[in-house]
Amino acid sequence: MSNKIPRRTWLKAAAVTAVASLVGNTRAEPQDPTKTQGASPGKLGSRSPFEQPEKKPSDISSRTPLQDLYGTITPSDLHFERSHAGVPVIDPEKYELLIHGMVERPMIFRLKDLKRFPAFSRIAFIECSGNFRTGKTTMTPQEICGLTSQSEWTGVMLSTLFREVGVSPKASWFLAEGSDAAVMTRSIPVSKGLEDGMIAYAQNGEAIRPQQGYPARLFLPGWEGNTNVKWIRRIELSDQPFMTREETSKYTETVKDGKIRQFSFDMDARSVITYPSYPQQVEKGWIEIRGIAWSGRGKIDSVEVSTDAGKNWTKAILQEPVLDKAHTYFRHLWRWDGQTTEIMSRAIDDTGYRQPTLQQLINARGTDMGGYHVNPVTAWVLQQDGTVLFKPEKWK
Amino acid sequence: MRRGFLLMMILAACNPEPSRFGFGRAATVREIDSLNISITPDGKGLPVGSGNAALGQVLYTSKCAACHGATGTEVSNNRLVAVFGDTVKAKTIGNYWPYATTVFDYIRRAMPYNSPGSLTNEEVYSLTAFLLWRNGIIDSTKEINAHNLAAVVMPAKTLYINDDRRGGDEIR
Ligand code: HEC
Repeated sequence: MSNKIPRRTWLKAAAVTAVASLVGNTRAEPQDPTKTQGASPGKLGSRSPFEQPEKKPSDISSRTPLQDLYGTITPSDLHFERSHAGVPVIDPEKYELLIHGMVERPMIFRLKDLKRFPAFSRIAFIECSGNFRTGKTTMTPQEICGLTSQSEWTGVMLSTLFREVGVSPKASWFLAEGSDAAVMTRSIPVSKGLEDGMIAYAQNGEAIRPQQGYPARLFLPGWEGNTNVKWIRRIELSDQPFMTREETSKYTETVKDGKIRQFSFDMDARSVITYPSYPQQVEKGWIEIRGIAWSGRGKIDSVEVSTDAGKNWTKAILQEPVLDKAHTYFRHLWRWDGQTTEIMSRAIDDTGYRQPTLQQLINARGTDMGGYHVNPVTAWVLQQDGTVLFKPEKWK
Repeated sequence: MRRGFLLMMILAACNPEPSRFGFGRAATVREIDSLNISITPDGKGLPVGSGNAALGQVLYTSKCAACHGATGTEVSNNRLVAVFGDTVKAKTIGNYWPYATTVFDYIRRAMPYNSPGSLTNEEVYSLTAFLLWRNGIIDSTKEINAHNLAAVVMPAKTLYINDDRRGGDEIR
C-alpha cells in the first residue's frame, strides 16, 4: 500500500478542504482538521485520497487487490474483470433477453420486464477458473489469485423465467450467449439453472457495472467465472450441449494419461492469507493472520492455519455469517518470535474437501496438468527483517 | 412435522407465486432467427453454403495471418495449427478440439478479432476447410458444407472425459 497520492487528487482534496490554504507550487500539507470546516456534502462519495487500492490489468483481465481489502465484499470498482472481446456498451432501453428453443413460449424480456419479477439477492463470489499464478517470490495475493471477487447480486431466479417460458421437461442443457464482440457462449445444465441460477442486474445495491455484465448477466453461484455469461442476450434450451469454443478449446484441462476434462463447473475450496502477505511488512509480536476462504460447493466448514511451514495446523476463527458459496473471512491470532518461518492456510468445505497442496494436485492430475481449477495452499515466508515473500513452488 | 407443514402452508399463502406473471412478450420466429446462430455438434444450425481449403487459404492470408502466422504455426499464443500426435505443446484445432462444428461456430462469432461478424457464411466454410486441412484432418480438395462438417472426425475427441471431481475427501 503506497502513500503516494497523485498530485491532481491531492490538489482537489486540498482545495476543497482548505480553500484559503496555500495551493501553489508547493505541496500543501493537510491542516489541523479541527480548525477549518470540512468539505460539504456531495452527490457521490469518494475514497480518501490516502487510499489507492487498484486493480491490476493485463490485456485480457484485471485483478482484485485482495491484499488491500477487509472483510468479504469486493468494492464494485475493484471487482476482477475477464472478457474475451472487451467491455461492450449496451443501452438499457434497447436491451433484450431472448429465451427460446425447447420451451412452450419463446419470449423476449426487456430489462424493465426482468425487474418486475420477484427480486432475489445473495452474497456470493465469482472466481475465474484460471486463477493461479506463480513463479517468483515478489508476488501479491492479487497477482497469485486476484481473479476472485464477491458481491451482493440481485436479479431474477432462472427458475422463475424458466416457468414463465414453459421449459420442456426434455430440455437438459441451455446455451447462454453474451452480446459482446465474441458473442461468447457456454452450455449449462438446466439442473443448475433451476437449482440456484439467476439473471443478475444489480451488484452491491446498484446496477451491475459494465465490466461485470451491464445491464444483465447470468449468475451461477460457485461455478467457474466463464459460465457466468455477461451482457447476456439469449438463452436457448436444448437436449444436448453445444460444445462451444469456451467449453472445448478453453476452460478444459489436461489431467492424467493425456485425458482432457470438460465441463469442470464447480470451483473447489480454496483460501489465501491476505495479511500478512507480500508486499506487507510485519513486526515481531502479536500478528493477526487474516484471509479469505471459499468453496463453490457449499459453505466453508473450517480453515486451518500453520505458522511452522505446515508441520502443525490450528483452526482459525471464521467470521460469521458463513455463507454458502461465499468468501468467508478468517482470522488467527499468533505471536511471532521474529524467526524466519512460513505461514499458510487451507480451507475445508462442508463436503469434507480439503484444499490441496500444489504437489497433491500434480499427483492427482499429472505433471502436464492444465492451468484451470488450480487451487493450491499458498505459503508466505516471514523473514527476520519483517519482509513477507510468496513461496513459489516448481510446477512445469 | 405437522407444525412445519402448517408453517409452510401459511408462508405459501402469504406469498403466492403465480405459474406465470405475464411479463415480457412472445418472440416472433423472425426475431428468433435473426439472433439464433448456434450450432450443435450434430450440425444442427449450420447455414447453407460451402467452402474449400484453396479459397480458405486466400482468405486466411489476407484476414488472419497477421495475428495467427502465415501458416497458423508461427505464433505460440492462439496457434491454430499442429497435427495430432506431434510434439507441439500448444493446444490447437488439430491436437485439442473435439468437434469440427466448433471451428465454424467460433470463427463466425468472433473472428477476425479486429472485425468480428464481418465474414459471410461461405467465407467461414472456406476458412474452416482450410484450418481442418492444415491440421491434417481433411483432404485439401474436400468441399465443406452443412451436411458433412459434423461428420468430420476430430482426433482429440477420444481424449475428453467429463468432470470427475465430486467434492468430499479426495483430490482430482
Ligand atoms: C487482430 C488479430 C487477429 C486476427 C486478424 C484474427 N485473429 Fe483469431 N484470434 C485472435 C485472438 C486474440 C484470439 C484469442 C481470443 C480469445 O481467447 O478470446 C484468437 C482466436 C482464434 C481462434 C481460437 C483459437 C483457440 O485455440 O481457441 C481461431 C480458430 C481463430 N482465432 C481463427 C481466426 C481466423 C480464421 C481469422 C481470420 C478470419 C482470425 N482468427 C483472425 C486474434 C486474431
